[in-house]
Amino acid sequence: MSNATTPAPKKLSLKEKYAQMTRGLGWETTYQPMDKVYPQTTFEGIKIHDWDKWEDPFRLTMDAYWKYQAEKERKLYAIIDAFQQNNGHLNVSDGSYVNTLKLFLTGISPEEYSAHRMFAMLGRNFAGVGPQIAAQMQSIDELRHAQTQVHTISQFNKYFNGMHDFRHMHDRVWYLSVPKSYFEDAMTAGPFEGIVAISFSFEYVLTNLIFMPFMSAAAYNGDMATVTFGFSAQSDEARHMTLGIECIKFLLEQDPANVPIVQRYIDKWFWRGYRLLTLVSMMLDYMVPKKIMSWKEAWNTYFVQNGGSLFNDLERYGIRMPKYWEETVTAADRLSSEAWNTFYNYAAAANFNSWCPSDENMDWMSQKYPETFDKYYRPRFEHYRELEKKGQRWYNTTLPMLCQVCQIPLVFSEPDDPTQTCYRESSYHGMKYHTCSNGCRDIFDFEPEKYVQAWLPVHQIYQGNCFNPGTDPTVEGFNPLAAVLEYYHFGPGDNMDYHGSPDEANWLKWKGLVPRTEEPKTDEPKAA
Amino acid sequence: MPVQALKPGYTGEVKDRVELFHGNQLIYIGWDQHNMICAPLALPLPPAMPFGDLIDKVLPTTAYAAHPDWPKIDWGKVQWLHSSEPFKPDPKKSLADNGLGHKSLIRFRTPGLTGINGSFS
Repeated sequence: MSNATTPAPKKLSLKEKYAQMTRGLGWETTYQPMDKVYPQTTFEGIKIHDWDKWEDPFRLTMDAYWKYQAEKERKLYAIIDAFQQNNGHLNVSDGSYVNTLKLFLTGISPEEYSAHRMFAMLGRNFAGVGPQIAAQMQSIDELRHAQTQVHTISQFNKYFNGMHDFRHMHDRVWYLSVPKSYFEDAMTAGPFEGIVAISFSFEYVLTNLIFMPFMSAAAYNGDMATVTFGFSAQSDEARHMTLGIECIKFLLEQDPANVPIVQRYIDKWFWRGYRLLTLVSMMLDYMVPKKIMSWKEAWNTYFVQNGGSLFNDLERYGIRMPKYWEETVTAADRLSSEAWNTFYNYAAAANFNSWCPSDENMDWMSQKYPETFDKYYRPRFEHYRELEKKGQRWYNTTLPMLCQVCQIPLVFSEPDDPTQTCYRESSYHGMKYHTCSNGCRDIFDFEPEKYVQAWLPVHQIYQGNCFNPGTDPTVEGFNPLAAVLEYYHFGPGDNMDYHGSPDEANWLKWKGLVPRTEEPKTDEPKAA
Repeated sequence: MPVQALKPGYTGEVKDRVELFHGNQLIYIGWDQHNMICAPLALPLPPAMPFGDLIDKVLPTTAYAAHPDWPKIDWGKVQWLHSSEPFKPDPKKSLADNGLGHKSLIRFRTPGLTGINGSFS
């Protein structure tokens, strides 16, 4: 109750409010010692002497956070509504464009959710209030990103195949084990490795290579819904990137003994992140109908130049460029072609459609990749096209050998030889383990006990763990590939070639266009 | 230190133990410089199977048979590698007696065959 004689309570200044609502929320525990309350802060060997040295770059408090985010939500959902009411999906450049969204929804959105879980754990496990609050806010951001992406892309799910059951697919489909295992590796590491992995190596160094190509491509290809969720996430990303650089500086300034540990984390997570971006390379070079830039141009701009100057700045702490970064520059001439050939091979087992590139796409590739495209990759695609003309679209139905660390099939070439598959082999407790590169081999060799537990989809299929309950693999005429696709919840049209697909047929019908004259057969392939 | 773990002495479950493969062992096989087949293949095979059966009976059912160079292979001239070392398999002996264990990698080279239009595809 108030009355005229009691003065109104004093309003806190912004600075006081910030102090009260962040640092003021923490306390030294007395019933239990602090190291028992925060048991995960020492086993990685990272030394923190003063958690209060953590600077919060945004000085954001929870009440302000909710206000900003609510405002962004209102704008985003108004635009999504308009997009849906105006049949915005019909305005994209071509029906094949939607395959990039299938890749995004199944390969990236569930990882936003993984990041949400991981940052919630970091918020619990850090012993300082500054990083606790920052991690909590990022945890909520990541949950929101997962939700807004799902809601935005749901409009496309009404009209195109492959996006239903994206969550179910994420935990089962062979290529989705690549992003899934990446985040699970980070989540099961200590909190310091986790934050260097995601906040620094991913958000600060590499995230531009996901959001820039996807959002620019979306805009250029007429997909205004995706552009909108991209913009809505962008201000969060700026905060996440700042958290990434702040956490690195904090760790490096706390103790000189942290430097080699942080360097090892950077080496590992640069390489794991780079392998994850393989999917983006083929999206830029092969999947978007209207091209924005090549993978090689994107890599040179966003990693070699921007990343290079970042690591110049970090040199004063004793940090160098991530190990094997030179190999990524050499491989820039090959990466997207190695990746797209993989999905051309295994189109029967993916939840999006792949296709042989058009003449226009191939000429663009020749121009962007004069050293490699005509020499190594064009003849392969021309061979595929000849087969397609005969109605014999080829599908690879023999399961591939996977890397024990990144879980990608061994599709990458030796750093010094584009014609030769790169093989690396390690041995642990008498068993052989195979990796795709020097980077992945080093990661395995440092922690073999972790990676022997990898759930490798190909091996799991052969062990009989990827069939629906009740499936009997011993009955006559059993088709293992068909049984695996059922387990993945793939239905007709989710997989196979784009040409001749239900998506293509619908698109042509909606747009009043005529189909191509030569269409590959889309008969179900027989399992090897 | 084989793993960085909170609990000293932590160990994990080895997911690909040979006993989980129903009597088979995994063999990886790669055809060097024939990259149309995007990756080496993983095959579950009985250790007692003669090596010759791998060539005559198993490989013709795999993706390799779709490669235009496949019918041109002269198996008498093929060079084999086990891991990265030269390897002379005896076609009559079993995979196991040829020294191939669970998750062994073998590669074959076909001199003179350079892939689709010489592109190593």
